Amino acid sequence: MAKAVESLAFERHGLSDEQLRWMLRNMHLQRTIDNRGFQLNRQGKIPFATGSEGHEGIHAGAALAFERGKDVLVPYYRDAGLCIGVGMEPIDVLLGMFARGAERQGGRQFPSHFTHRAIGIMSFSSIIAAHCPHAAGAAYGMKYRKETGRAVLCCFGDGATSEGEWHEAVNFSAVHNLPIVWLCENNEWAISTPREHQMAIKDIVQKADGYGMRGSICDGSDPIAVYQTVKDALDRARSSGGPTLVEAKCYRFLSHTTDDDDRTYRSREEVEKHRSLDPILRHERTLLEHGLITVEEIEALKKDVLREVNEITDRAEALPYPDPSQLYVNVYEGTHEPWR
Amino acid sequence: MALATAGTTTMNNVEAVRHTLYEALKADPKTLIMGEDVGARGNVFLITKGFLEEFGPERIIDTPLAEASIVGVAVGMAMEGLRPIAEIQFADFIYPAFNQIVGEAAKTRYRSNGDYTCPLVIRTPYGGGVRGALSHSVSIEALFYHVPGLKIVAPSFPADIKGLLNAAIDDPDPVMFLEHKKTYRLVKGEVPNGHYTIPIGKAEVKIAGDALTAVSYGLYVHQAIEAAKQLAADGLSVEVIDLRSIRPMDRTTILESVRKTRKLLIIQEDNKFGGIGAEISAMVVEEAFFDLDAPIRRLAGPDVPAMGYAQTLEEEFMIPTSRMADTMREMVAF
Amino acid sequence: MATTITMPQLGESVTEGTVAQWLKKPGDAIEKYEPFVEISTDKVTAEVPSPVSGVLKEIIVKEGDTVPTGTAIAVIDEVGAAAAQTAPIDSPAVEPQTRPPHATPAPARPQSGPQPPRPFVARPGSRNGGALNPPEVLRRVSPAVRRLARENNIDLTTVRGSGEHGRITANDVLAAAAQGPAAAMAAGIMAAPEIRQPSAPTPTPLRPAAPSAPIQPKGPVPPAAPLPPAAAASGRSTYDRPIPGTLVPLTQARKIIAQRMVESKHTAPHAWTMVEVDVTDLWNLRQREKDKFQREKGVALTLLPFFIHAVVQSLKAYPLMNARFTDEGIQVLKEINVGIAVAAGSNLMVPVIRHADNYSVAGLAVEAAKLIEKARFGKVGADDLTGGTFTVNNTGSNGSVLSAPILNGGQAGIVTMEAVVKRPVVVDDDKIAIRSMMNVCLSLDHRVVDGAIASAFLVDLKKRIEKMSQLAL
Repeated sequence: MAKAVESLAFERHGLSDEQLRWMLRNMHLQRTIDNRGFQLNRQGKIPFATGSEGHEGIHAGAALAFERGKDVLVPYYRDAGLCIGVGMEPIDVLLGMFARGAERQGGRQFPSHFTHRAIGIMSFSSIIAAHCPHAAGAAYGMKYRKETGRAVLCCFGDGATSEGEWHEAVNFSAVHNLPIVWLCENNEWAISTPREHQMAIKDIVQKADGYGMRGSICDGSDPIAVYQTVKDALDRARSSGGPTLVEAKCYRFLSHTTDDDDRTYRSREEVEKHRSLDPILRHERTLLEHGLITVEEIEALKKDVLREVNEITDRAEALPYPDPSQLYVNVYEGTHEPWR
Repeated sequence: MALATAGTTTMNNVEAVRHTLYEALKADPKTLIMGEDVGARGNVFLITKGFLEEFGPERIIDTPLAEASIVGVAVGMAMEGLRPIAEIQFADFIYPAFNQIVGEAAKTRYRSNGDYTCPLVIRTPYGGGVRGALSHSVSIEALFYHVPGLKIVAPSFPADIKGLLNAAIDDPDPVMFLEHKKTYRLVKGEVPNGHYTIPIGKAEVKIAGDALTAVSYGLYVHQAIEAAKQLAADGLSVEVIDLRSIRPMDRTTILESVRKTRKLLIIQEDNKFGGIGAEISAMVVEEAFFDLDAPIRRLAGPDVPAMGYAQTLEEEFMIPTSRMADTMREMVAF
Repeated sequence: MATTITMPQLGESVTEGTVAQWLKKPGDAIEKYEPFVEISTDKVTAEVPSPVSGVLKEIIVKEGDTVPTGTAIAVIDEVGAAAAQTAPIDSPAVEPQTRPPHATPAPARPQSGPQPPRPFVARPGSRNGGALNPPEVLRRVSPAVRRLARENNIDLTTVRGSGEHGRITANDVLAAAAQGPAAAMAAGIMAAPEIRQPSAPTPTPLRPAAPSAPIQPKGPVPPAAPLPPAAAASGRSTYDRPIPGTLVPLTQARKIIAQRMVESKHTAPHAWTMVEVDVTDLWNLRQREKDKFQREKGVALTLLPFFIHAVVQSLKAYPLMNARFTDEGIQVLKEINVGIAVAAGSNLMVPVIRHADNYSVAGLAVEAAKLIEKARFGKVGADDLTGGTFTVNNTGSNGSVLSAPILNGGQAGIVTMEAVVKRPVVVDDDKIAIRSMMNVCLSLDHRVVDGAIASAFLVDLKKRIEKMSQLAL
């Protein structure tokens, strides 16, 4: 039971108590599902999983800034929490991990590659930054149809900003003043490549100048700060104010995926040092300090999240793989008989 | 499709492209054209001259010099409901866009299992014989027709261009529309008035015959027809098939013809190794082995990276009509 | 001297140009490289520099007119001692009219397509003439040909190939099939009189011998299709029942026979000679031995095996008679393979006794009987019809006393046994006796042998036959 204590004012940027608590639950849900993927992999039940531990603050904050039914999200493969946050069913993540036929993409994609046109999540591939020109195209469409009140939120990591297609997409959006927010979830690592080998600058937001574009930077471990920064940028985009490059700094606590072993390229000390940036701990502290939640409520929330994750794990696991005949559908529209 | 108005208009190939694009832009506000120099310059072959003035800069976009995003941004537009027609100024410049074409556009429907689709047209001029040298002469179809999820067409008669370009624009999947630049002004023909489409995946028998089947497309189909006419004057009957669509490929028309003539010659401007002739040969041997009365032959570009700028180098690469006719004669006599 | 300036090609894929503006008028001086005309195309407008120095003599195309590239547009009179005949106007995009020499020799153009098959050398004497389907041809049978042959029951060994290097084409098989199964079998084969016992001459028409049957490869070959029954009495005009005033359609067999005959006659200059042979003793020998022979060997004993035996010995003595003409030389053949003309229904075949020199008369009788039986019942196979080096034709069984046979399959000679006729003959001591006389006629390839050798051969043959009363069987 929360006490509405206003003793320590903090900048909540118009977020309600419920929203603030929702953010915590989303973060826990994200982390639990995330860890579940690693657990299932280490159990030998699924061949592959990606980790997003450390991004929870960005995802919770950006999800609330996103306007369901209006905005379009063009995410990448470390955005499970964000996709759940904008309305995707959590079981979709598990269905993808288990590669079930019932999954929206029929079990074709790697885990954590989503699509959900009905709620505005754009399909993407594993190719870094290949989705960025698509995001620009989607934003162009909004401008072309003179739709104000809508914007595109495109997310990517620090490594993506080195790709030529990122550059071309961002440049295009600046030339055409498109309604888009380019959200870089800078977790300082592109698999094993640290930021200093990826770019000569310290902050990705510095690139915005090069495009004649606005840029903002925020602390990705603080979901409220992320919410504020992303909302400002989205509002600007929705009102024909043009694109913004938003950098949210965080830290990737796990390896890139279950196939990566981060011990080969960074020390445990370094990882532990960044634990203080853990967004979940930080937000819990914020809520606790401002009487918006109690310790017991946090425990209950975690239990409930675990229950939910266990339930969707079991449900997803019980479903079958896609029928082999499904390999041949949706190559083109209509029936298509591939030569075999 | 029924024609809106009766009659035909004489056009060359470049006029057919222009006319079709113009009508498409007028008919559907979701269509737009993007590429380098398509607006103010009106395209380096003047295909879109005047379009910027008529349709405005939102619909005729002079893009930055960045092929990957010419296609990539168009992919995003297509995924979100527009009907973009992206232009790559010369096929030789398409390589930076390879990722977006093959890795993204071709796979959008497949990877999302139909949740998203990509109704995109990529137009580009290709082919040699115009002293275009190493970077304005290549054939690129082999790089792309290998990819399921893409459609590739290469008509080279004005009436075919109009019908197939309309079909490409209407198609719910990504279509690469290849225009042989040498035929732009060289080939003229009658084009039916009004809107019509030709189904993608249908070849056409341009000349009927019974002693040999010659399959070709692009510039060479015209030369093949010329060679066939030379043989006809000597009483030798060659059937010339214009592939028109490379993928999907019209197996039925090819097989029907080979079952009739029992001999097959494929004439391609593209390099020989792995060119469309190889696929057609394999398919025909698989399906019609017991109908073959001669080895299948391919006349093709030599396996060098490109034709050189010097006239002698270009001519060495390109296949003259006389060589086509000689090969046809050999095969008929076999 | 005058230089003609033609419309340049200003740009890729441009095929015509418009004279936008003449920058000079006739009589004006022009420097080399000085712009003298402005040309526009739908891609570009450009000033064109002059290729020579001189004076503008004539304007051929006026301003505003559009002409195809390469059309003459003006004439410039060159001035200056070093004025040379120049090529038409050269602008950056124009293809030079003259081809510069290759800096290095051009490499040989790589072969496109598979190498054409090694041409096989047709049997000397004719391009496929008479030599139907040597082994090389039958090895190069395409899938379509195999299938069509199978579907239509065509024996490929009998189909004449009209394709490259004698290849059997699908159309060849289809044509053979159109004539019916036996027609293919009959390709290249011709009628021969049946071998019968000699009897009093009967006035039956002469049926000349003809070139040999197809040469077959070694190896198993499907059995020949059965021969057709005689044409039914249906009112249709056929070869077997020709109706006067009608056109009898040519069967495949007759077509090929006609072809072979013409080829043989037109290739080899035929000469002819004959001898009269006294076969009285031989005849008596045969009479004495025939019943026992029939009992022991199961085959009839006729004059034929004796004759063949003698022919073989004479061929050994006169090897030029067992030869073929080629441009490179007279091929004197090593094997002696004697073909026997056989009638089978309305068809003719020439099965071959290979290595006839290996057989005794008895052996020849058995072999010949086997082959004749096979031929009569359409069971002759590939091996039986190939490789003949000399041919024997028993024309006498039809009653003729003289025949002028046509050489078979490029062979140098063909010999006939005419009817045995009892005649009054002058014998030793100028007495007259009644003797059984058989004419033996020889057609010869006059490119290979002249009358001297041919006659010597025949005389040798005659002597051997006449001595045959003593020959052990």
